Amino acid sequence: MKTERTIKVDYLARVEGEGALDIVVTAEGEVTDCRLRIFEPPRFFEAFLQGKSREEVPDVTARICGICPVAYQMSSAHALEAAAGVHMGEPIRTLRRLLYCGEWIESHVLHVHMLHAPDFLGYESAISMAADHGDVVKRALRMKKAGNDLVDIIGGRSVHPVSVRVGGFSRPPRKRELKRLLPDLERTLDDALDVVKFFATLDFPDKEIYYDFVSLSHPDEYPMNEGKVVSSKGPSVTFDEYEDHYREEHVAHSNALHSRRVGGGTYHVGPLARLYHCMDRLHPTALQSARECGVPLPTTNPFVSIVVRAVETVHAVAEAIDIINGYNEPASALQEVPIQAGRGCWATEAPRGLLYHSYDVDESGSIVKAKIVPPTSQNQPQIEEDLRSYAPELMDLDQEDMTWKLEQLVRCYDPCISCATHFLKVNVIHPPVSSG
Amino acid sequence: MNRQPNIPPPPRLGIFKFTSCDGCQLTLLNCEDELLALTGAIDVAYFPEGRRLALEGEFDVSLVEGSVSTPSQVEEIRNVRDRSRLLVTIGACATSGGIQALKNFAEVPGFIDAVYAHPEYVKTLDTSTAISEHVKVDYQLRGCPISKGQLVELLTSLLAGRKPQIPDEAVCMECKRRGIVCVLVAKGEPCLGPVTHAGCGALCPDFARACYGCFGPKEAANTRSLADAIRAGGRGREEVAALFEKFNVWAQPFRDERNRQRGDSNED
Ligand code: SF4
Ligand code: SF4
Repeated sequence: MKTERTIKVDYLARVEGEGALDIVVTAEGEVTDCRLRIFEPPRFFEAFLQGKSREEVPDVTARICGICPVAYQMSSAHALEAAAGVHMGEPIRTLRRLLYCGEWIESHVLHVHMLHAPDFLGYESAISMAADHGDVVKRALRMKKAGNDLVDIIGGRSVHPVSVRVGGFSRPPRKRELKRLLPDLERTLDDALDVVKFFATLDFPDKEIYYDFVSLSHPDEYPMNEGKVVSSKGPSVTFDEYEDHYREEHVAHSNALHSRRVGGGTYHVGPLARLYHCMDRLHPTALQSARECGVPLPTTNPFVSIVVRAVETVHAVAEAIDIINGYNEPASALQEVPIQAGRGCWATEAPRGLLYHSYDVDESGSIVKAKIVPPTSQNQPQIEEDLRSYAPELMDLDQEDMTWKLEQLVRCYDPCISCATHFLKVNVIHPPVSSG
Repeated sequence: MNRQPNIPPPPRLGIFKFTSCDGCQLTLLNCEDELLALTGAIDVAYFPEGRRLALEGEFDVSLVEGSVSTPSQVEEIRNVRDRSRLLVTIGACATSGGIQALKNFAEVPGFIDAVYAHPEYVKTLDTSTAISEHVKVDYQLRGCPISKGQLVELLTSLLAGRKPQIPDEAVCMECKRRGIVCVLVAKGEPCLGPVTHAGCGALCPDFARACYGCFGPKEAANTRSLADAIRAGGRGREEVAALFEKFNVWAQPFRDERNRQRGDSNED
């Protein structure tokens, strides 16, 4: 006999901060409540960016997230350059990709191994997983370190790099320091290829969702810093048009704003969306591993995102190696950006999806208005949609398994923190049994 | 191997998060090589949010990341203190209130309105404050984020029962020792190196830019004479105030200097 089910998770794996999950499904399989609550204390970045000088912005926005500071710096710098009507050429463009590769490696490796893998391998945390799969965890730490080292050398440190400026880099990375990373990166490439194979053999829940995938798309490269915002439901828009098509709203249960398509639809940003639109622009090594891994890609199954992140890790490592091999240290990697009034809108691909910034700048170069739309704001309504559609399919499971499967679905979206030491505490509350 | 029957249990380390970006915890995780020697010697309990204080037992050392910025956190930090033998703040947020302390100078309703359409949904205090404004703190690590070297030194020394060696000197000293060209004197850039606590190894000057004070003020920082010198170099009050309005704006010497430049104090 089926009964009404209430799922309550008081602390969820970090979703751009602190979150909880409440779901109620009636015996008839109707979802009457589904809320992903975000209660991370607000820090009001957009408010105190007002009045700051343009040059300070990348240092400030980095502090929004210690896991993906580079993403915040990249979106800020590009948007502010756009506000001044300039676009950076080489070598800045390539160095920015190299820096982003480092962050993608760190962030993807952290999420895939420490947060996501325990779900599939049946462990409560990476710590308990390490006891049986020590090699997997050790390999992950080694790979993550290669990503950290790359960001360290370009940015000075991996959390809140100091070299990123509006206009480029305060000083270009030293060639000999980058070259020194090559042996570790080569080894990481082998590791990353093994990781794709390893995760492709997992047993994935059967769940295809007809997503509106939204990502950047660029004709010549896998998307990071440039391109148009494309959607599987259309249309493709420029950064300047983004706010005409995607809009944020403030809902009662969340300190994070929710973003939806104008017209109300939910959409999905992140690795799945990038691969869906841009798989053919992967680095050849990554493309080959994606084609040969045995799981059909691209995919609309959110659980397969673990494989997609592994494929993107291969891409980031392979591209980093190519860039370093071709690197000639320039005397400077900083371009003049005129101080003038204007509005600049830009989006880049953070490890967990599209990160949009817009700034209004006055003639002295001060910020008049700032707007930041992180990936999680965009995915949150989609996560709730997914949960609504998935929960009724799980009514035959016991409470613990049902909770676990739903949490796992949330974690498919969240490549954030939740390190080896992170554990998730789950409370399951048994509702009064309804008659029915 | 024979275990001693009454070998003491390994020291218990608690890690707690308040209002922050997680960057300091991540720095801890990034010390994997250095800390490998320690794990096993310590028992780590991680609390991703202070609020879930289904806290069991006591902690020998508690590392606290983040500032106090919501009503419930005021209670939570007291609870953590009660259960901790030593309490250490890690990073600018915990040690001085973080960048979110910029709201301490503003009208909070205006701040909330600027970000949220429905201010009534948001629960927040008017201020973001350092942990030490609420409970006794035994050691403080500075930096946004903290330095790996200082963290490892702190943990190893506490485990060994000795006093941590974290010199109270300025970034300027680290910079001179490394032989980096001075950005203040040679390039005329407004560098906070002379008043900022050491720990980063003079990272910004090494990357050809001025220090922006992410490690906060060193002991007895003479912010006034530095600010005067920068003003004398032709920069306006507003610009000098902005130098201090960052990740450690609520730390007293930086706050005072900011107020002096903005004319919010009686001095000058
Ligand atoms: S001090 Fe800086 S790095 Fe550390 S938690 Fe606060 S904002 Fe993040
Ligand atoms: S030089 Fe100053 S701003 Fe730069 S990392 Fe060091 S303390 Fe922070």
